[in-house]
Amino acid sequence: MKPVTTITSRGVPLLRDNIDTDTIIPSREMKTTGRTGLAEGLFAPWRYTNAVDRLADPAFALNQPEAAGARVLLAGANFGCGSSREHAVWALVEFGIEAIIAPSFAPIFRNNCLRNGLLPVELPADVVRDLAWQTVRIDLPSQTVSAGDQSWPFDIDPEAKQMLAEGLDAIDLTLKLKDTIRRWLDADRRTRPWVYLEKST
Amino acid sequence: MGQTLFAKIWDAHRIADTAGGTQLIAIDRVFLHERTGSAALRRMAETGREVLDPARVFAVMDHIVDTRPGRGDGTLMPGGEGFIAQTRAATLAAGITLFDVNDRDQGIIHVISPEQGIVLPGLTLVAPDSHTCTQGAFGALAWGIGSSEAEHAMVTGTLRMERPMTMRVTFTGTLAPGVTAKDMALALIAEHGAGGGAGHAVEFAGEAVGALDMEGRMTLCNMATEFSAMTGIIAPDAKTFAYLANRPYAPTRFDDPFWATLRSDDDARFDREIVIDSAALAPMVSWGTSPEHTIPVNTTVPQGPERAHAYIGLAPGAPIEGTPVDAAFIGSCTNSRITDLRRAAALLKGRRIAPGIRKALVVPGSLAVKRQAEAEGLDKIFEAAGFEWRMSGCSLCFYAGGEGFPEGSRVISSTNRNFEGRQGPGIRTHIASPETVAASAIAGAIADPRKVLGKGAPA
Ligand code: SF4
Repeated sequence: MKPVTTITSRGVPLLRDNIDTDTIIPSREMKTTGRTGLAEGLFAPWRYTNAVDRLADPAFALNQPEAAGARVLLAGANFGCGSSREHAVWALVEFGIEAIIAPSFAPIFRNNCLRNGLLPVELPADVVRDLAWQTVRIDLPSQTVSAGDQSWPFDIDPEAKQMLAEGLDAIDLTLKLKDTIRRWLDADRRTRPWVYLEKST
Repeated sequence: MGQTLFAKIWDAHRIADTAGGTQLIAIDRVFLHERTGSAALRRMAETGREVLDPARVFAVMDHIVDTRPGRGDGTLMPGGEGFIAQTRAATLAAGITLFDVNDRDQGIIHVISPEQGIVLPGLTLVAPDSHTCTQGAFGALAWGIGSSEAEHAMVTGTLRMERPMTMRVTFTGTLAPGVTAKDMALALIAEHGAGGGAGHAVEFAGEAVGALDMEGRMTLCNMATEFSAMTGIIAPDAKTFAYLANRPYAPTRFDDPFWATLRSDDDARFDREIVIDSAALAPMVSWGTSPEHTIPVNTTVPQGPERAHAYIGLAPGAPIEGTPVDAAFIGSCTNSRITDLRRAAALLKGRRIAPGIRKALVVPGSLAVKRQAEAEGLDKIFEAAGFEWRMSGCSLCFYAGGEGFPEGSRVISSTNRNFEGRQGPGIRTHIASPETVAASAIAGAIADPRKVLGKGAPA
């Protein structure tokens, strides 16, 4: 996973509340069990005027010339609600998005972001709205977003910050606690035996 | 001070606090399906990691399997066979129990987990599927995660979690006839928003919740994710234990004193409390493109986001009742269990769907539900009314690129999501209870089930 430090990009506005993962990557665009080949299906229902020829809809923010190469999306509240499909995050990352700024994120989506080096930044709705089309600088070490001569602090829990900043893999990190987990399981097996199923086949 | 049910289960699973400020939580059960689980299994194989305890991991083929009678591995979804083949091979290699396409216990993940007694009160259970919260109906802490988290849970037996806040939603009083658990869930989201539960684990409580059967409780908890909650949970009671006893993976009896501790203490404090008067609720139906765009069936469409009105084709002020529909769907992990089918069949008995309905499906939640329904003759009632009777699976709860509704259809659906395109490109979905779906299919337009219920079956 690529470590995240600072990101400077124009902010592309998709300022609707409750943008769901069916819209970010429709199920029909998830064609294999892998994590690649998804960028083309990103926002397919909005990005293309027509599902067959895939003609770009000029009204859609990401299709506008100013959006070329943009790495920061601006969105409404509860972004990423709906299906748990991690493909939504994989598609965004493959497309080149590195951070999303929104008033709030759906919980499963937010976790999926953190596991894939995509930075979710929470800022109040009016601030997000004002950032539309501006050049935005996100600085993870100092936890600030700035644009023009203004800047805003954002919250992120220390573990999420460290994992993003160092590009750490959560499984590797947890496996360092393997012995603690093993001891806990051995004790738990005695108190809650019904949890531990024997394989019947 | 007393503890909440959530806190009791959470604390009992807390292995350690990590250096980064999260908590390491033991995960008792992982359940996968072929749509998102396959990605986790594939990555695990690629990185050479192994499942810590395969006996506590389960998988099912439900999302993209064909539901037409006589099905095999073929699916109408382009590339669908790849998901099936890969899930089968990977679960076999990892030693994971798989409920395969035509296994007699096959069905939708959140329908078969309780049927098999895989979910139990007091357990932690995760699945790479957002509606895992359904299983909180059994007093388990059950929640949806992504594929990477599923891999983490399988490999380490744990998840790194931030502790959520707690909320209690109390439904006081008694539901009126024709009003169901689905309407309770929709009323909550309509009033408090699709983001209303964000950051919270929600306990459902109160007289009306206690009165629900286990299937109604599952319907209620199912929609917790549409409320953006981490999960929904209901304290187990005599109904819960009676349902689970002797199921294949459950204990035969629940007389250990431990089981009685699984409830919120009387003096437990929640971070937020919501109280809803159940007696005042009416059958609910969605008008727009988010579950929060929901209104009582006898009211008019409010002013909402422009784009939602444009997509759904209904203007503010329009009555929702009487809106013509082209298709009807009864199924999904929200409303596909035997009692759901019985209630819909009671309305459809001796009646026919309207001539304008171009597609009407009933998709039982599991093959066990299907067998039970057939033993009771429900399949005959549905077929005589003009519904297709299917094999079990997720089917048209979502559009995978294969089978779909006729182009441009407006669908009345017992599912949980009315997002743009959820049931197919351009398809307009109205979510409601199975009763409301049945009544609307008969009328050919969105209808109030209470008007049909009042009439009894035609002679
Ligand atoms: S029935 Fe629908 S909501 Fe439920 S698990 Fe299947 S696709 Fe998801």
